[in-house]
Amino acid sequence: MRTLFAALTGLALSLAVGVASGADKLKVGYIYIGPIGDHGWTYQHNEGRLAVEAAFGDKVEVVYVENVPEGPDAERAITRLARDGAGIIFTTSFGYMDPTNRVAKNFPDVKFEHNTGYKRQSDNVSTYNARFYEGRYVIGQIAARMSKSGVAGYIASFPIPEVVRGINSFMLGAQSVNPDFKLKVVWVSTWFDPGKEADAAKVLIGQGADIITQHTDSTAPLQIAAEQGAHAFGQASDMIKFAPDTQLTAIVNNWAPYYVARVQAVMDGTWQSHDVWDGMSAGMVTMAPYTNLPDDVAAVAKETEAKITSGDFHPFTGPIHNQAGEMVIGEGEVLDDGVLLGMNWYVKGIDDKLPQ
Amino acid sequence: MRLQLQVRSQPSRAMTALSPVIAIALTVCVGGVIFAARGLDPLHALYVYFVEPVTTMWSIEELIVKAAPLVLIGAGLAVCFRANLWNIGAEGQFTAGAIAGGAIPVMAPDLGPWVSLPLMLALGMLGGMAWAAVPALLRNRFGTNEILTSLMLVYVAQYLLDWLVRGPWRDPHGFNFPKTVAFQDWHLLPTLGFGRVHLGAVFAVIAVVVLFVLMSRTLKGFEIRVSGDAPRAAGFGGFSRPRTVWFCFGLAGALAGLAGICEAAGPIGQLQPHISPGYGFTAIIVAFLGRLNPIGVLLAGIVLAISYLGGEAVQVELGLSDKTAKVFQGVLLFFILACDTLIRYRVRWVAGRR
Repeated sequence: MRTLFAALTGLALSLAVGVASGADKLKVGYIYIGPIGDHGWTYQHNEGRLAVEAAFGDKVEVVYVENVPEGPDAERAITRLARDGAGIIFTTSFGYMDPTNRVAKNFPDVKFEHNTGYKRQSDNVSTYNARFYEGRYVIGQIAARMSKSGVAGYIASFPIPEVVRGINSFMLGAQSVNPDFKLKVVWVSTWFDPGKEADAAKVLIGQGADIITQHTDSTAPLQIAAEQGAHAFGQASDMIKFAPDTQLTAIVNNWAPYYVARVQAVMDGTWQSHDVWDGMSAGMVTMAPYTNLPDDVAAVAKETEAKITSGDFHPFTGPIHNQAGEMVIGEGEVLDDGVLLGMNWYVKGIDDKLPQ
Repeated sequence: MRLQLQVRSQPSRAMTALSPVIAIALTVCVGGVIFAARGLDPLHALYVYFVEPVTTMWSIEELIVKAAPLVLIGAGLAVCFRANLWNIGAEGQFTAGAIAGGAIPVMAPDLGPWVSLPLMLALGMLGGMAWAAVPALLRNRFGTNEILTSLMLVYVAQYLLDWLVRGPWRDPHGFNFPKTVAFQDWHLLPTLGFGRVHLGAVFAVIAVVVLFVLMSRTLKGFEIRVSGDAPRAAGFGGFSRPRTVWFCFGLAGALAGLAGICEAAGPIGQLQPHISPGYGFTAIIVAFLGRLNPIGVLLAGIVLAISYLGGEAVQVELGLSDKTAKVFQGVLLFFILACDTLIRYRVRWVAGRR
């Protein structure tokens, strides 16, 4: 019993110590949907977090919570960071949109940055996203050049505009090389489930696809492609070390510059609510090194990448037809962001029916 | 010399009281070692994990929000398990309740404020009950194993919800995202206190009290216990086993369904593909942690909620990874359940070889 008492006293003492630490630093918080070791989506956000730490050193204290389910738990986790004195909080999954906005109303002095959403219900909420579709156009071109069967397989997560846009952009890229290119899609209803993603990759390869691409976060599809002699693209992060002979390139989400800039803005007192949708031109989307492909294919890919970066070319440039064959936009015109953000239709030639 | 577990002639009263204390002492020791191995001050880490969640009003309220569905479901499951009925499909009954109750705001949004909410709650309970009735029916009619049927219906319910929120029930103005419309104010449960505590917490407490009285003071409770402990004796006593099956599944399903609609009409405020972080499964642990006693379930629900909030707190304040927090949670549950063995068994050193 006496030891129990001693332990309790110890607890009380350590409480006093715990409260005394950490003043004057800007606290920066992150909420992650997956584990930081997913080597995809969350991994890249965490790289951004580390960049903030590296850039500001002692001036910031950076904390994160990983594996936070979308729903009531998210609201609690975000509130905890805000109550803990965080000055700016990045919530890095679409499903955190409503929780982020609700918490933001209760903490007007804290800045909130929600990734991939569209709601900014108070002036301390910003949204930011990257134009991943720019990278998807480039890998679509590579796929069409590298495929022998003329069929690619796409592992898709949820039929939301973000994902549909990626599929369309990939297909437009492929069709720019081979108008008869085929694309098969499997919906796995998850962002991260190595088992399901691996099964989907096997199914797609079984159906004749020799190029695999994915809008899910694990490295499993690449590894299956490697086993079965197909080629594949990394997702969100450079996954080359998981499939050194298989990855052709990867679309890399580079959040670091944005995170550093936003934290700096809070420190300077210049932070303002905004909606950012940056792509290659701002360095938010980059391509991993082109590997395992002939020089001429790499050269074309680099050229496309350069044209998108400079703004000379937009992946959604007409003529674009939908699956029913109707023209959505004519020669030389470009789909505007409003259409892109609400995209819920396939372009012509995709061998799948969009789940509705 | 070897260690042997010996059955006690009757459960030890001393151990009944002491086993949670031993369990917590062991958890503190092992947890301390884990935290120290991660380079943290073990006492401070334990403080953050266990004590901090109950030091502020906000976290106490959050604790209640987290515990309410666990207690509500766990109390019903405890009754099932007492009757030796293995309903492990509460997650599905939870989901079915949310769907049934959620039908009102989605399909009849203009129904008046005074009608909507009571109707939603009633439908939620009916939905959960209906979902639980399937394994009960199969068990009574065909002797089907209820473990498998109730578990498999979880996936059916989840896919049904998935289909609804991506298909017919999707918010037409929601950019194609898989969510229903946000519930109107009058579809939401009134909150208590300053934060997110809602009426579901009150329902949980009422359920605990009612079930406690039912199980310990009424003939029905006696019937359920005998039916579980000694089915043949129950048969000779004139208790109908099928009736017990219907009753227990119906009750557990209704409570799980109520928990489901309370989550949808409470903290979530709409239907979406994922409405539960596994409450229905965690509630199984809660039921056993509470020794299948409704009051025990209430305490166990709170302990588990603390372990969730504590797991988050150590991530935020100590930079511990989510994995370490989960390992610690596992250690806690392991010791609590393992120490309960001491109530029915004694540990003895036996001399000689086997």
